[in-house]
Amino acid sequence: MSLRKTLTAAGLFALLAGTASAQSTLVYCSEGSPEGFDPALYTSGTTFDASSHPIYNRLTEFEVGTTNVIPGLAESWDVSEDGMEVTFNLREGVKFHSNDMFTPSRDFNADDVIYSFERQTVDGWTGEYFTAMGMGDLISSIEKVDDMTVKFTLTRPEAPFVANLAMDFASIQSKEYADAMEEAGTPEMLNQQPIGTGPFSFVDYQSDAVIRYAANEDYWKEGLPKVDNLVFAITTDASVRYQRLQAGECHIMPYPNPADIEAMQSDENINVLEQEGLNVGYLAYNTMQEPFDNPDVRKALNMAIDKQAIIDVVFQGSGQIASNPIPPTMWSYNEAIEDDPYDPEAAQQMLADAGVEDLSMKVWAMPVQRPYNPNARRMAELIQEDMSQIGVDVEIVTYEWGEYLERSADEERDGAVLLGWTGDNGDPDNFLAVLLGCDGVGGSNRANWCHEPFQELIVEAKTLSSQDERAALYEEAQAIFKDQAPWATIAHSVVFMPVRPEVEGYKVHPLGGHIFTEVSLAE
Amino acid sequence: MLKYLFSRLLTFVPTFIGVCIISFAFIRVLPGDPIIVMAGERGMSEERYNELYQQFGFDRPLVVQFWDYFTGVLQGDLGQSYVTKRPVWDEFFALFPATLELSFCAIIIAVALGLPAGVIAAVNRGKFFDRALMSSALIGYSMPIFWWALLLIIIFSGNLGWTPVSGRIDLLYFFDAKTGFMLIDSLLSGQEGAFKSAVRHLILPSIVLATIPLAVIARQTRSAMLEVLGEDYIRTAKAKGLAPPRVNGVHALRNAMIPVVTVIGLSVGMLLAGAILTETIFSWPGIGKWMVDSIYRRDYPVVQGGLLLVALLVMVVNLIVDLLYGLINPKIRKR
Repeated sequence: MSLRKTLTAAGLFALLAGTASAQSTLVYCSEGSPEGFDPALYTSGTTFDASSHPIYNRLTEFEVGTTNVIPGLAESWDVSEDGMEVTFNLREGVKFHSNDMFTPSRDFNADDVIYSFERQTVDGWTGEYFTAMGMGDLISSIEKVDDMTVKFTLTRPEAPFVANLAMDFASIQSKEYADAMEEAGTPEMLNQQPIGTGPFSFVDYQSDAVIRYAANEDYWKEGLPKVDNLVFAITTDASVRYQRLQAGECHIMPYPNPADIEAMQSDENINVLEQEGLNVGYLAYNTMQEPFDNPDVRKALNMAIDKQAIIDVVFQGSGQIASNPIPPTMWSYNEAIEDDPYDPEAAQQMLADAGVEDLSMKVWAMPVQRPYNPNARRMAELIQEDMSQIGVDVEIVTYEWGEYLERSADEERDGAVLLGWTGDNGDPDNFLAVLLGCDGVGGSNRANWCHEPFQELIVEAKTLSSQDERAALYEEAQAIFKDQAPWATIAHSVVFMPVRPEVEGYKVHPLGGHIFTEVSLAE
Repeated sequence: MLKYLFSRLLTFVPTFIGVCIISFAFIRVLPGDPIIVMAGERGMSEERYNELYQQFGFDRPLVVQFWDYFTGVLQGDLGQSYVTKRPVWDEFFALFPATLELSFCAIIIAVALGLPAGVIAAVNRGKFFDRALMSSALIGYSMPIFWWALLLIIIFSGNLGWTPVSGRIDLLYFFDAKTGFMLIDSLLSGQEGAFKSAVRHLILPSIVLATIPLAVIARQTRSAMLEVLGEDYIRTAKAKGLAPPRVNGVHALRNAMIPVVTVIGLSVGMLLAGAILTETIFSWPGIGKWMVDSIYRRDYPVVQGGLLLVALLVMVVNLIVDLLYGLINPKIRKR
């Protein structure tokens, strides 16, 4: 056992044995195992919780608890007039972690930034997020102006770019470490024994069981992190996580069973924090097919759906009715928009006015659980019931998940599809353009809805750099969306986070990550 | 005996090839494309899809893909997980000791309690003890494992606080995994209380995992014993005036063992299946959960590699059972 492990173990022992010690250990009962520790390779939140949040930093960061973009490893940045060049001034004196194989000889600099992005553009790169966010096409070059200045040249002005750099795949790796491992013939160590600049350094991972971190004593943010050790106790079953939290085996647990929340709220040993998730669950009509190409028909169907019943039954209270395609925690959310009222009689009348009789349709139910839709089958059944009230016959179909994703993206798809989206970077463009833009037709735009006035607004908004100006355009776009009704917007989930009372400073992060940098434990 | 062993080993070859084919085909028969599952709701451009398609080698004929896989297996290379990008072999060996340790404890509990329970029930056939044992065996056999495990956790960990809720050892103990077996590693670590903690963590999961095999073994032992107890030589032994424990324990039990050993051997397969649920509930880092997760993700290399290794394991256990038959019943080994 290395000296460091021994010390960590000794610290833990002293703490848990109740002896006088300054060591504090925060235990998080995580819901699953990370796929690895190099965040650029993966796309799942579970992996990011264990890798990018504790171990790494990015040029820009999301302020914990909000979607605001704040300086990270870049102290500041300038965007050129035409929006094509973004220059980052890097932070001085940032130290990388060290481990048994590696001790950094220099502080963080421009080489690390360039390495971290360029490696994602080479052939054979298997990380998905960089490409999925269109970064490869967007970045035309990355240039080292001097040791502490990096300039990104873009192929087009793109306002969300700075927020994209706060995403997990943009975590900054140590070039020096990568080179050393390459030389030693063990490049996979980047993924197994990660080195970053983050608040916690990686100590050890026992597959599927425990991940250990130690506080980074040289962390560049003064006074952080506030605990000495961080432990992820991997516990996949939600009921068992609850038991462990009750027994004091962990301090924080994610993803409680909705059915347990009431009991947790009345337990004085547990505080339940809550916040709306940055997501939306929807029913997307295929607007390319009759009669769903008629907005009146879509609106009529929307009015037949009893959303409150869905919130009560499917979400068991852990959700709220969605009226817009973006969640209320996101900037530019249009408060003025009212949801279609639940009114089966009016709906029936509207269908008759549109000349639609004896309508029968398919509703696609996802085979998997998602925060934005914990039980799609049940949701589809409720919709089926609602539709039968207005004389519309609904057949529920489902496929295995991979099949579902593939077939539902087909322009020829027969039926309306239940699906949803969780935000990547807190930018409205990430919802409105991805899910409803013309480029997404036959892909992520499951409604196959390409509507000129809407498209013009979101394209323009992407080129502006003032957030206020952008927000105005997005608000207008949401009004058009509501009027055209390509989806029935169903719900945003509410995220519940049960924590022990001694946990202080934990904030539920709207982007879905679990971040412990600012958490401390009361005596 | 050597000849017997050799003939048993020969049957390994076709079975092994068969298992390779089935494990390769099984995951590919399931609908669902690993690349699309990987991309999720986000989707992926056609260009990128084709790039990955090629990278994973899906553009080559299935026969060629199989041949690559098969020759890889023969050289001890099971490929690399699509998801974690780590060699399947490494992942398996990081997790397998945990499953083995748990299964081993479970089978010991099942045999140590199941065998005597079956014998006692048979000897007291029709009496209260027999009925009580056999009805509890029936309950044990039909118990939904998930529910049973949670019930035990809530009572013994939640309410009484006697055992830990889940995991393999208290978080305060921290040492390198030398063997992967927590009982051994905790002893080797020399840390005070580590071994005790590992034992305490093993109790509930082993009981849960042992429940079904225990019930099966008890019932099988009872019926095998009943059959043997009706034989002439038992009457003779009794007539000779041998003490009942010797008649039951030596003359009867040994002859009743053949079907019982078969059942114990089969239980190993059952344990691996049961381990999936038990491991999930108790956050036990074994191969059961690993395989199930990989099936959902359509992680072909892990599923086929994992299936192959588990199948090999069952084959080895069957071989051991066959050899045990020979030890118990000389007639078999001379055939």
